[in-house]
Amino acid sequence: MNAIAEATIEADPTVPIIRITRDFAGTPAQLFRAHTDPELFAQWVGPRSQQTRIDEWDARSGGRWRFVSTSGKQEHSFHGCFHDVRPDRIVQTFTYEGEPDGVALETLWFEDLGNGRARLRTQSLVDSFEYRDAWLRSGMEAGVNQGYAKLEEMLAHGAV
Amino acid sequence: MPAEELSRIFAALADPTRRDMVTRLAAGDATVNQLAEPYQISLQAVYKHLKVLEDAGVVSRPPGPQPRPVRLEAEVFDLMDTWIERYRRQAEQRYRRLDTVLAQLNDAETGPKEQKGSAA
Repeated sequence: MNAIAEATIEADPTVPIIRITRDFAGTPAQLFRAHTDPELFAQWVGPRSQQTRIDEWDARSGGRWRFVSTSGKQEHSFHGCFHDVRPDRIVQTFTYEGEPDGVALETLWFEDLGNGRARLRTQSLVDSFEYRDAWLRSGMEAGVNQGYAKLEEMLAHGAV
Repeated sequence: MPAEELSRIFAALADPTRRDMVTRLAAGDATVNQLAEPYQISLQAVYKHLKVLEDAGVVSRPPGPQPRPVRLEAEVFDLMDTWIERYRRQAEQRYRRLDTVLAQLNDAETGPKEQKGSAA
């Protein structure tokens, strides 16, 4: 089996969108299941250091979802609606409850690549560049909290 | 780049207006007037924001004829790439967990008949 390439990401310069593409050793139907079956979804959505508790889950067009990510005493909750659920595409809204005014419109496509492989394409549209960059920065802040480790490495190598 | 310099960059970028300016400068140099255009704030306030960004080494205004354009420093591009790269890596980690889930689904579907569907 060919090695699976890592996820690619694109932050669109003209609209506040983040796009991520990743290929999987699985069929579109399996990818769809992993995104709509709450037990399966909880197994992969959060980091290993966190527990994902599914609060509400109605993976049908018009249904609601909510899950809580816990790590020690820290809890982060997320909710949204399944706008459109079909085997090749899910459209949903996504809100991080720590930032309740923010809402992303997410589209996920499950494409068949043949030979039991599938491509997942996701697109998250947020309401401003500011919000998108804050979102991207949240990954950076996680790094900062871990002690600037990666950045220091880059600095040491003169990359920054 | 020492850690306090880095902290100053993060502090400078903690403000939404300044972050917005930086995002717009990523598309190309701009004069102060062009930068100020979309905001409901005084030109003086814009200069104040620019001063913070300049002091943090995020932007510069190379000497030359007026109006001098504001320019994003190259290192900041690298820093923004770092944000995106970290975000990408988080996604990649998430998808590696999804790989495991899919492998289990595959095993369940191709395994002995009596185990069919047991992973669901």
